[in-house]
Amino acid sequence: MYGPVTPEEPAYAAIDQGTQALLRPAIPPYLSAMLMKPEDLLIPRREGLYCPPGDFYIDPVRAVDRALITHGHADHARAGHGHVLATPETLDIMSIRYGTDHAHQTQPAGLGESIRIKDVTVRFHPAGHVLGSAQISVEMNGLRIVASGDYKPRPDPTCATFEPVACDVFITEATFALPVFRHPDAAHEIARLLRSVGRNPERAHLVGVYSLGKAQRVIRLIRDAGYHGPLFIHGALQKLCAYYQSRGIALGDLRPATVESGAKGDFAGAIVLGPPSAFGDKWARRFPDPLVSFASGWMQVRARARQRGVELPLVISDHADWDELAATIQTVAPGEVWVTHGREEALVRWCEMQGIAARPLHLVGYEDEGD
Amino acid sequence: MNRFADLLDMLAFTPSRNAKLSLLQDYFRTVPDPERGYALAAIARELDIPAVKPAQLRQLIASRMDAQLFAYSYDYVGDLAETIALAWPEASGSARGRNDAPGLTEVVETLMASSRRQGPGLVEDWLDRLDPSGRYGLLKLVTGGFRMGLSGRLIKQALAAFGGVDVNQIEELWHGLTPPYVELFAWLEGSGEKPVNASAAPFRPVMLSHAIDGKDFEKLDPAEFVAEWKWDGIRVQATSERGISRLYTRTGDDISATFPDLVDAISFDGALDGELLVARPSGAGIETGSFSDLQQRLNRKTVSAKQLREFPAFFRAYDLLQDGAEDLRARPFLDRRTRLEAFVLKLDPMRFDCSEMLEFDNWDDLAALRAEPPFAVIEGVMIKRKAAPYLAGRPKGEWFKWKRDPFLIDAVLMYAQRGHGKRSGFYSDYTFGVWREPGELVPVGKAYFGFTDDELVEIDKYVRNNTVERFGPVRSVRAGLDKGLVFEVAFEGINRSSRHKSGVAMRFPRISRLRWDKPPAEADRLETLERMIDGGP
Repeated sequence: MYGPVTPEEPAYAAIDQGTQALLRPAIPPYLSAMLMKPEDLLIPRREGLYCPPGDFYIDPVRAVDRALITHGHADHARAGHGHVLATPETLDIMSIRYGTDHAHQTQPAGLGESIRIKDVTVRFHPAGHVLGSAQISVEMNGLRIVASGDYKPRPDPTCATFEPVACDVFITEATFALPVFRHPDAAHEIARLLRSVGRNPERAHLVGVYSLGKAQRVIRLIRDAGYHGPLFIHGALQKLCAYYQSRGIALGDLRPATVESGAKGDFAGAIVLGPPSAFGDKWARRFPDPLVSFASGWMQVRARARQRGVELPLVISDHADWDELAATIQTVAPGEVWVTHGREEALVRWCEMQGIAARPLHLVGYEDEGD
Repeated sequence: MNRFADLLDMLAFTPSRNAKLSLLQDYFRTVPDPERGYALAAIARELDIPAVKPAQLRQLIASRMDAQLFAYSYDYVGDLAETIALAWPEASGSARGRNDAPGLTEVVETLMASSRRQGPGLVEDWLDRLDPSGRYGLLKLVTGGFRMGLSGRLIKQALAAFGGVDVNQIEELWHGLTPPYVELFAWLEGSGEKPVNASAAPFRPVMLSHAIDGKDFEKLDPAEFVAEWKWDGIRVQATSERGISRLYTRTGDDISATFPDLVDAISFDGALDGELLVARPSGAGIETGSFSDLQQRLNRKTVSAKQLREFPAFFRAYDLLQDGAEDLRARPFLDRRTRLEAFVLKLDPMRFDCSEMLEFDNWDDLAALRAEPPFAVIEGVMIKRKAAPYLAGRPKGEWFKWKRDPFLIDAVLMYAQRGHGKRSGFYSDYTFGVWREPGELVPVGKAYFGFTDDELVEIDKYVRNNTVERFGPVRSVRAGLDKGLVFEVAFEGINRSSRHKSGVAMRFPRISRLRWDKPPAEADRLETLERMIDGGP
């Protein structure tokens, strides 16, 4: 069993190294290929992506001894691992969601810090997905694989911006990997929301947002658009919003969406944020003539919006869109691309057309719906 | 184009009828001529643009992107125009944000003035200059594929509300107007005269009745009224003038093209009000078909020889509005009726007859007739004041409909769907079924009204506590022989339907009573419904 680990006593030794070196492969690809095959360094298993020489998993979907976690969304970060290595924010988020005893041991990984696990060196780099989200670079004998987790390259005021890392193999998500997904500017979508609020002063706008990341980003974008009135939040968002605020991300006046006086009129003209699942719930009945909105990349497709009974679809996503996936692969310029969770076949097809070696990585257990 | 695309978006996502009405009015208020008129024509499907065929659009996109990637995209999105609009590769940099995106007016007028050969090239150039939402609007415009749940009636009501005029006035004018409706808007805004309907055989706004039930009769003197059967067809107006004949629905939609057999048989000059039915030759006369027969003929753009033969359209006349140059509408009903009988005698008896008047001395006599109509295709009686002029709309105290009692069945709740707007957070739309075999329920209909707000709360609670499965906004509810919620469902009619799994389709179903007391095993069987198709309640 492991004892409690404090940041002063890391389980693995940190290596001091300049981040400059990260942007070039340690060894030319032709040479590294001779030394080690990518499949020797990371392979998909039922539990998740496994690293045999380091004996750890990345984002395992079931409890394992050693887990490296890219970010705090529930399908990537699960409770019950023996040892968890993740950014301090991701560890905090896991504690908030699962309790501080979600793992036997936890160890924070600073962005850019090199950490040695047996013969493998790992580093965490910002992924721009949600607060604390990271890509994980795994390196051994001159071969470097970057598991990017979920990512988005465009700036987000609520988390560190995605940083491309040169590598031999780039593992990319494919949530929105179809040419029809081109996310518009999020500020434009927020302006549509605020226009609708202005046009419907007697109705409450219920904005569906997932509780980690999307909620805080949408709130922050609403503030950046100049709306400073109180925003009402469902109880499920409260702890994570408070956590973001404690990390210096100003979200303004947030109030619980509860009826104190019992009058529906209290929420006329209000913006209320909550998880979309709550809108079919009794919770939604307290609002006057609710106008249901949903902030998600899926809202790009009309049928999806109508299926969910969404009246004001907002196309705001925390994932890379089609153009961004392509641009990222071109910037990272890996020797090979592995594609996981989402529409793998389209992105693999695109890579083929560009002459980039690519294959789908059939990992199970990741929800491609959550955005 | 974007203003138009925004309108399409908002109309598509807004569930509430009132909100749609106000969106349309806002649009008419803020958008200038002729653009608002073209938009009106597009959503009312009155815009006849030389079509750019879907196959040509596929060729355009194939010249711009990989066929395999397009196939993956189309497979996911499921709508050709939407897929192309979203996937159209945007020229990088300068083209995006160019300030010369074409407007709706430019698009419509250019296409109208172009040949079919020029069409695809024009569309391609515009696609390059528009953003995704503009592209969607453009592609829907050229393919004419607007399916937004907007009835012609709703559009006319929006126009009426915008101009503060009665919707009848819009209906009366509509068929004489052409896009972009500049005269119409000028009149509605008070800056122009009311347009004169110059077209031949115009629609005349229809007179409608009020529903009546038992206790209302105390105030009515039977001597002042006449009565006739209320036939279960489609209320229509047949009109002919200067060699032009048309058949209109009661809201003024021109359905002549769907019923060429009937329109060809119009050999008069005037306007008749009546019921559209199917009637087949039988002996020396005709035999009236059922509403299911008539349904074989409804909503078709083209009609086959077989349909014409098997389901001949027939007109049962109720009233005569115009006889040659003479407008009869201001005359009392009895006068018009006398003229009508003489008028119909001159028409083809295989296509036209006159609605039979019912003999009665008091309301009890009439009740007895209503209780036993001679044909299943009769849905009650109409009661008309002898002195009533023909008035547009639904004037009080002149005409009454006394429908037969609704059909009633006991059915079991199977699925419940979440409501919108004020019903958000409640499961308020119900699919119910009846037994095909013991233990096998088959869905037969859907209803979302007929219950009180308090009952809604109870049903909602039941749905939540008895959910078996969830599919998005829909829950399937426990429904078995000994566990389930029984509804008494009322409906106006029932037909065979090959599109429904049960083989039957109800008309106007609603929840009439909650039968918390009734075990589901005692709900009705499908056979009972099948018998109702021919037999009546």
